[in-house]
Amino acid sequence: MSASTHGHGTVLKHHFDNLEQQHSAERLGMWFFLVTEVLFFTGMFVAYTVYRNWYPGEFAFASSHLLWWVAAINTGLLITSSLTMTLAIRSAQLGDKAGLIRRLLLTFALGAGFMGFKAFEYATDYHEKFVPGEMFRTEYARPLAELTADDAKRKFEGRPALTRTEVESYQFKGEYEHWSQDLAKRNYGREPATEGTVSPERVQLFLCFYYIMTGIHGVHIIVGLGCILWLVFEAYRGAIPREAYSKVEVISLYWHLVDMIWLFLMPLLYLIRSGGGQ
Amino acid sequence: MSIVIGDTPRTAPPPPEPETPRRNYLNETSGFWSWALTVDHKRIGILYLVSITAFFLVGGIAAGLVRANLLTPNGAILTEDQYNKAFTAHGVVMLFLFLIPSIPAVFGNFLVPLMIGAKDLAFPRLNLASWYVFMIGAAFMVWGLLSGGIDTGWTLYPPYSSRYSHASVAPGVFGVFITGFSSIMTGLNIMVTVHKMRAPGMTWGRLPLFIWAMYATSFIQLLGTPVVAITLLLLLVERLAGVGIFDPSIGGDPVLYQHLFWFYSHPAVYIMIVPGMGVVSEVLTCFSRKNIFGYKAVAWSSVGIAVVGFLVWAHHMFVAGISYYSALLFSFLTMLVAVPSAIKVFNWVATLYRGSITFQAPMMFTLAFLVLFTVGGVTGMFLATMGTDIHLHDTYFVVAHFHFVMVGGMVLAYLAGIHFWWPKMTGRMYSDFWSKTSATVIFVGFFFTFVPQFVLGYHGMPRRYPNYPEEFQVYNVLSTAGASILGVGYLMPAVYLTLSLFFGPKASANPWSATGLEWQVPSPPTVFNFEYLPITVCGPYEYAIGVDQMGRGLPEPPGAGDDNPATRVGATLLPGPQPKETEVVG
Repeated sequence: MSASTHGHGTVLKHHFDNLEQQHSAERLGMWFFLVTEVLFFTGMFVAYTVYRNWYPGEFAFASSHLLWWVAAINTGLLITSSLTMTLAIRSAQLGDKAGLIRRLLLTFALGAGFMGFKAFEYATDYHEKFVPGEMFRTEYARPLAELTADDAKRKFEGRPALTRTEVESYQFKGEYEHWSQDLAKRNYGREPATEGTVSPERVQLFLCFYYIMTGIHGVHIIVGLGCILWLVFEAYRGAIPREAYSKVEVISLYWHLVDMIWLFLMPLLYLIRSGGGQ
Repeated sequence: MSIVIGDTPRTAPPPPEPETPRRNYLNETSGFWSWALTVDHKRIGILYLVSITAFFLVGGIAAGLVRANLLTPNGAILTEDQYNKAFTAHGVVMLFLFLIPSIPAVFGNFLVPLMIGAKDLAFPRLNLASWYVFMIGAAFMVWGLLSGGIDTGWTLYPPYSSRYSHASVAPGVFGVFITGFSSIMTGLNIMVTVHKMRAPGMTWGRLPLFIWAMYATSFIQLLGTPVVAITLLLLLVERLAGVGIFDPSIGGDPVLYQHLFWFYSHPAVYIMIVPGMGVVSEVLTCFSRKNIFGYKAVAWSSVGIAVVGFLVWAHHMFVAGISYYSALLFSFLTMLVAVPSAIKVFNWVATLYRGSITFQAPMMFTLAFLVLFTVGGVTGMFLATMGTDIHLHDTYFVVAHFHFVMVGGMVLAYLAGIHFWWPKMTGRMYSDFWSKTSATVIFVGFFFTFVPQFVLGYHGMPRRYPNYPEEFQVYNVLSTAGASILGVGYLMPAVYLTLSLFFGPKASANPWSATGLEWQVPSPPTVFNFEYLPITVCGPYEYAIGVDQMGRGLPEPPGAGDDNPATRVGATLLPGPQPKETEVVG
């Protein structure tokens, strides 16, 4: 093992000539990795674009039944966590160990908060059976698409069912309302699969995107949280001296990318109701 | 620059043969864990070499089953269901477990640091992780193949793969998904290494063409693989959850899967062929003792293939109901890929022109590559043409075409690389006679196997069918006979290369008198490759003036005596010292 002659024996790895080369290799490696991440999500964004163009009504409908306020809080959390992460780099550059650990833990807390809200949101959706697949089909949606108001009343005993007049003059008032009721009302009096109906099948298509995209994003957040914990551990045992700040920097690059992907997911999944052709 | 060499050699003498060090990367440490936990790029290359050789054997056995079954019109040995599983196993194993990691993971790992004068790849631990990830993915695939097989074909099209197949598709898809990450890790490592770790003087214009080819390949691995990863993940979700975005019953579009799949899988065939082109550039120059003709053209055509290769995917879907206009566009773009490929072939042929060619085994494999790849490329043009593709789509013509490129091209380039760098990797020379025999047998066997398939396909025999009309039997028998010759040809290197490890004579540092930096270190190299910082002073192929990349002279090349005018058959000798033929380099 050729020992380093640069005095930073623990930081400089044997196969690099100097720290500058090592840092720039690490940064470039992370940037290339981010390129692969972007392309990984691009596959889904492309598919999303295709289907949203084909089925704008269903996408807007399904989107309007997601919990937008949870997403809004989560956006705030993630953007703030990006700030604290960047401040952590600053601490690392200054060799401020306590500050580094504090800011990393803060970032971790914000990221964990994101996952907490996400878990709440998933639980709510699951409870509402706003989930594609078998559950979606058997319980509410398919029969409701062709429901008359009387059927709806029978089906939803205990829930506020609507009279025929109310259905016809239906307007979304913002009060709590079950999504399958909304679906029934929008399709009321229309032949299935005609202009203006909201097809429950295609609503499931949107839900597939919703769960897969946010799910994979969530996995990325969890990986990021793991990396941040590792950084905290490294910082705690003194393995991030000033000249090794690039460790924090490369993790922060990853963290920012995960944030940025969320900034695309948020409007595409939650904020499209006023868009496509209702 | 133009240097004219007269009859007095003005080059430096070759460096003294370096003393073979007692400790090299192979015997520095020993024991199971020294290999299982190694971060040495050379050992990881060897790990890949051993694993993909095993997978090549598995894929080859599956191919043997397919060919044997096609001996009679109604299927000789397999049921129809077993036949589906056999050709899928052949495709999946050969593509994902052999061809894609073949040259990038074996030679890319072993050679990239050596060629650019670095001690290791930029991320050694990531490199080791890539091998483990590869093996985990392979384990899932093997699980899929053993627990009921996969019967979808390697393309895994839904809705058959997602809904209707009763075979064990899920582990197979998951395995392919995982091996993709290994490919990304290797590509990323090589790209960063080439950018950041080049030794002093190793400018982009002095990089060996193998490095350019590896760079272009890594570019495709980096940009393409994530797309197929997400596509397969979506497919997997659809198969396991019973609902997904390609499901037609909820408005999903299976053709979208084909778009996303081929967005990777067409560039993936360039992952398979471009590294082979890099090997060819190295071997061809060495055994014709000439500078490469058109360095920049060959280097940039690799990048050109990588870029244009991303724009041609829909030529796999001409009959899948895409619009005529997009088919027209993709047809045109597909033909465009032929331009950089042809640039390479023409430049290689121009390199051969008036070279001092010797027919060592690596050169024989390379010349076979040139012939077979050209046939494969030209028949690709038939398929790029929309009109003829409608007729030839999904026939044996397609099978023959891509085997000419993948086997005739990549496998032969891989074998050329093995034979070229074997002395460097193992420190041993192999049998001259048997290696040349093997090259000849493979070339002959290959032609017998795949030329009849062009005829079969042209007459309309579809691929992936277990039975066929009787008039096709003669071609199928020919093809199967050729495949058995090919099989013998493949087994020969396995035997004599293994024997060479124990009985082969020790190789010198530079047995082929080649110019690259990798030949300036002992065979086999030491753990950290270079004892000193290698300083590059010239381009990679200065064979004409006879200097290596560090500006030192070259040892006598093997077979140099053959080129002596005095020994040529029927030579009329002039009295006095013999003038060397004038060569112009520039």
